[in-house]
Amino acid sequence: MGAGEPGDRERAVAEEGSKNQTVENTLKAGPGTLLGADELILNMGPQHPSTHGVLRVKLKLDGERVAGSECVIGYLHRGVEKIAEHRTYQQFGPYVDRMDYVAAVSNGLGYCEAVEKLLGVEAPPRAKVIRTILTELQRIASHLLWLGTHALDIGALTPLFYCLREREEILKIFEKYCGARLTTHAFRIGGLQYDAYDTLEKDTERFCNDFHRRIAEYEELLTGNRIWIARTQGVGILSAEDAIAMGVTGPVLRASGVQWDIRKAMPYAAYDQYEFDVPVGKTGDTYDRYLVRMEEMRQSVRICMQAIQNIPAGPILGKVGKVMKPPVGEVYHAIEAPKGELGYYIVSDGTVQPYRVRIRPPSFVNLQAFDKMVRGHLVADVVAIIGTLDIVLGEVDR
Amino acid sequence: MPAALQATLEFLRAYAGPLIASLVIVAVLPLIAGYVVLVERKVMADMQARLGPMRVGPHGLLQPIADAVKLLLKEDIIPEKADFWIFWLAPLVSVTAAMLSMAALAFGPAFQIARDINVGILFVVGISSLGIFGIVLGGWASNSHYSLIGALRSAAQLVSYETAAGMALVSGLLLGGSLQIRTIVEEQARQGVWFIFLAPVAFFIYMVASIAETNRAPFDLPEAESELVAGYMTEYSGFRWSLYFLAEYANMIVVASVATTLFLGGWMRPFASVRWMGWVDFLPPLLALGVAGYCVYRAPRQPVPVQKLVMLGVAGLCALVALLLAVPLLLPAAFFLKAGIHGAFWFVAKVGAYIFVFMWLRFTLPRYRFDQLMRLGWYFLIPVSIVNVMALGVGLVLHWQYRVNLWLALGGTTLLTLLIALWLVWADRKREAEALQARGGPGTPAADSYAG
Repeated sequence: MGAGEPGDRERAVAEEGSKNQTVENTLKAGPGTLLGADELILNMGPQHPSTHGVLRVKLKLDGERVAGSECVIGYLHRGVEKIAEHRTYQQFGPYVDRMDYVAAVSNGLGYCEAVEKLLGVEAPPRAKVIRTILTELQRIASHLLWLGTHALDIGALTPLFYCLREREEILKIFEKYCGARLTTHAFRIGGLQYDAYDTLEKDTERFCNDFHRRIAEYEELLTGNRIWIARTQGVGILSAEDAIAMGVTGPVLRASGVQWDIRKAMPYAAYDQYEFDVPVGKTGDTYDRYLVRMEEMRQSVRICMQAIQNIPAGPILGKVGKVMKPPVGEVYHAIEAPKGELGYYIVSDGTVQPYRVRIRPPSFVNLQAFDKMVRGHLVADVVAIIGTLDIVLGEVDR
Repeated sequence: MPAALQATLEFLRAYAGPLIASLVIVAVLPLIAGYVVLVERKVMADMQARLGPMRVGPHGLLQPIADAVKLLLKEDIIPEKADFWIFWLAPLVSVTAAMLSMAALAFGPAFQIARDINVGILFVVGISSLGIFGIVLGGWASNSHYSLIGALRSAAQLVSYETAAGMALVSGLLLGGSLQIRTIVEEQARQGVWFIFLAPVAFFIYMVASIAETNRAPFDLPEAESELVAGYMTEYSGFRWSLYFLAEYANMIVVASVATTLFLGGWMRPFASVRWMGWVDFLPPLLALGVAGYCVYRAPRQPVPVQKLVMLGVAGLCALVALLLAVPLLLPAAFFLKAGIHGAFWFVAKVGAYIFVFMWLRFTLPRYRFDQLMRLGWYFLIPVSIVNVMALGVGLVLHWQYRVNLWLALGGTTLLTLLIALWLVWADRKREAEALQARGGPGTPAADSYAG
């Protein structure tokens, strides 16, 4: 296959320049395939077991080697941003849960805090701490689902069930807290609607204590496994420069060696009160991203353990009226969602409805890096790379 | 007319055995395969902290039958752009090859399925590898990219691993001195040792290669769900799909039987040559009795009356098996049955253990990538298997010609093979590290990475 390489590089450079051209141009067959054979266009998805929903990828294959790719998105587009313009600020709350539906609590936190910033109110300390606990639990749940499906994509069947077993514990905590498991709508603008239930601390503590053992179990199955290492090391390398240039955030960025975590850089909720480390990777390959996310789960446990030690007493809802009319203006507020920077840009025209809500979803932005990561790899690596990006199509398409 | 009748009778007299055997295979094999699937799902469920099939029958005991009925009743879809006749024929080729190779197997001294031909092992291996035609043709005829890639992968994989498996078999055959199944087992009885202890490396190679040949995880690339949807079976549905499925599981039974015959002492019980271990003979009936007792114990706890009945039925069946196993031990007059009945039990137990290892690996390991699979085959398994055959030959010559102790000779050669294997692993790691180096750390574009 060595003969195909120079051609590949030229083509890559050529295609770099014509990024915005049509499908036909991007995927047109070029010279330099093995044996001079035609390239094969493989249409992966939207109905494919490992495109994590309804992502459609057009792959240009030379044998089994990927010579180019194009992501086709929009199959799950529901016009969330447009809906926001026709709802009051409170009414739009539940909609954001349906974007990244495996991390609904984080979405809600970002939205509530953005509106609070616009209104100029702040949630009371008790609300902030409870928000932090639930959001960190949500991060663990989201990472667990990522780990299970990622391992499943690479062919390890069993971790998925172990991960879902632990995720179930987290969902039970959510259920006890607000009655919902998946699309929780856990927080309200200005604070919380429900106070912490009696055994929230105890449940969280039990989960956290147990989780160290569980995470060791996953690591035992995967971290040192020769096949796992062979499948992930050196696959889908994303350099720090590329990652920054494309606006990639979250664990994907950190695995490339950039120490950027909004929880540290621009603390929100109660994160400034707690000690935790931000793990970073070295090479930016799939294995590093795996290690980074595993460590993040441990750090989330650490944050939860600190937070439950001292939940301040006091009110749970700040001073917000029943009718919310933020002053004319705009605000951008970003949080570190499990998948990366989740930002809300809200423009207010002084009425009860936002004039415009623009959401910066981490999955959508991270998906940009897909083509760069996938080139030159095999079909089998494509699914590993889709998995390692940890995208949720509900969030990509909105 | 009488002439024709006489000819028919003549034919039946000559071929009645094989005919009955073929009927038995066609009738029983799907059932066995179905229950292997059930066992697999139960084992998987147990390893994954869940229950598995529980709905149809007590503990899902009737699930395979329900599945089979469902598959039979499903619409048979043949894609419009598929090559009709080849699409139609391909699953049959696979399943025929799998069933045909069963014919030469022997489950016990008295349970030769069709006929003890003098090239038994060769026949089994040769016919079972014909099944690949079904896979390649089916993948090609489907006119789908996923199917085509799956089929090509399968062909390449089989060619690569058949070599290693064949070499491993040769090691066993050198020890057995024959291709005939009965002779191989009797030779193990005569020497008083299973060949796995004389040629452990060959057994290991055969095991890995047979996993790859039957397209099982971690080598299940031809049907890798996450990449190729279902590989060569993507466009198949209903009964045709189930034929492929049946062929896969039948092949599993075939390779397990070959391994059992050649390396695990066939139908001999463990420690057959140790006199004071005679009590092992009593384990099979006791085991069956134990299972029967457990079923009786569980029966009242079944939620539905029908399930209680089925559970009791299973208990009765187990008790019957226990009785069957106990008769030759307890009645001196029926002692001549012992070899047959107990032989079949031990054979099935060993095949089951071998298949269990397949399942265990499947639920523990991630999947190899295609180039890694090929590298494992060509850079490691094939060289090691060739070295192993040569070393084993040298060891045997030392034993036969120069009267060197058998264990000493074979132990030495095995050690030599292992050293060479270690060297190969080391060389492969070095190659891999260099490739990773060439691929570079951060900053190197991924486009350069794949020179392979």
